[in-house]
Amino acid sequence: MKRIYTPLDLNKIKSLKAGQEVFLSGTIYTARDQAHKRLVQAIKSRQTLPFELRDAVIYYCGPTQTPQGKVIGSCGPTTSSRMDAFSGFILAQGLRGMIGKGSRGLGVKEAIKKYKGIYFITYAGCGALLSKYVKSVKKVAYGDLGPEAILKLEVENFPLIVAIDVNGGSVYG
Amino acid sequence: MRKLKAVKITQAIVELVKRANFSLRKDVLFALRKAYGFEKNRRAKTILKAILDNAAYAQKENLAICQDTGMPVVFVQLGQDLKISGNLKAAINSGIESGYKKYSLRNSICKDPLLRGKSGFSPCIIHMDIVSGNKITLTLLPKGFGCENKSQLKMFKPTSSLEEIKSFIIDAVKSAGADACPPYVIGVGIGGSADYASLLAKKALLKKIKLQRGLSPKGTVPGLERELLFEINNLNIGPLGLGGRATALAVNIQTYPTHIAGLPVAVNISCHALRSAEIVL
Repeated sequence: MKRIYTPLDLNKIKSLKAGQEVFLSGTIYTARDQAHKRLVQAIKSRQTLPFELRDAVIYYCGPTQTPQGKVIGSCGPTTSSRMDAFSGFILAQGLRGMIGKGSRGLGVKEAIKKYKGIYFITYAGCGALLSKYVKSVKKVAYGDLGPEAILKLEVENFPLIVAIDVNGGSVYG
Repeated sequence: MRKLKAVKITQAIVELVKRANFSLRKDVLFALRKAYGFEKNRRAKTILKAILDNAAYAQKENLAICQDTGMPVVFVQLGQDLKISGNLKAAINSGIESGYKKYSLRNSICKDPLLRGKSGFSPCIIHMDIVSGNKITLTLLPKGFGCENKSQLKMFKPTSSLEEIKSFIIDAVKSAGADACPPYVIGVGIGGSADYASLLAKKALLKKIKLQRGLSPKGTVPGLERELLFEINNLNIGPLGLGGRATALAVNIQTYPTHIAGLPVAVNISCHALRSAEIVL
């Protein structure tokens, strides 16, 4: 099985093909609806972003509260298409990878091709199981958003499937 | 008249919060195992295995099966010969609030749908029904919103054909596609009014998933459930939407009388993590 590491520079991912299974290790940032809205606003008003977007990976995830004695609670992916309206803009700023579940709109597919991004899916509805691959969690921004805050996750061998590759090849046709 | 203190309701709800979020329903587990056994697509089988492993791990570790611990929906069947001392609705919400906190679930509820703001654990949605007897039945359905977002309602004509209704239901599943965590359980409500059909569709998710055995006559509800399940499983959406036989585990239909001028049909899709728990007090 292919292993990949963050930061995700183009050389590491350009040979990956839609449908391929990979294990990701390194740093990923959680962000979902409201965090995306804020990130785009921050970029438009030229504010400093809470993390470096270049070659970064965003995980569409809002975990549960963290149970005592655990690193993180249940932490599976949320529906990616809700982020479609923002993804093109964020990819243009240097974002490399996105992790979520489900299909993407045509606009995202085109943006992926144009900016050489990549879209992964992971085991949806398996948030308990996925928590095993998270080694540490740190709150980075937008704490007032509660479960929608941006978290920095250190993951080890996080299981992914390439859903849209850098050339726009897609498992969803 | 039998009396029951509201605090007993709160305690019962806390217990339901735990059971529903940590332990997958037996009938759902059984259907998933069956789907795993029947699946021939290699990748679909791997994903179904992960779903089963996830359920076992969640139960063992007291972790939520899914991070989306839902919009809690509580169905109450209140016996008319039971007197609750205290505020019933407040007792239910208090059980939700303390249960979700106690078991470290997710605070997914926005107090104001337009302003959004900081999310909390409650309120839940309560559907109240008065029944005979002196008991109260409480059922908690934590409904994830990835699949709730794929709900549909259509007001058909009374002269619409069964084929038109079937197409509508199948199209609802097609439009959910890979997004709402297949394999799905499809809740369908037929009849009543617009609001009632939607409620029936949701209630249909509480119906135990039955193994389909033998032939069910055409035109009957079991027959329609069977035909729909067969056609939906020919869509090749499969687990994670990557293909396979297991697009749906079941189609559950609930019906109710309706008006001469209409035929409401609602579809409420559940993800594979269909969670609910029930208690009678």
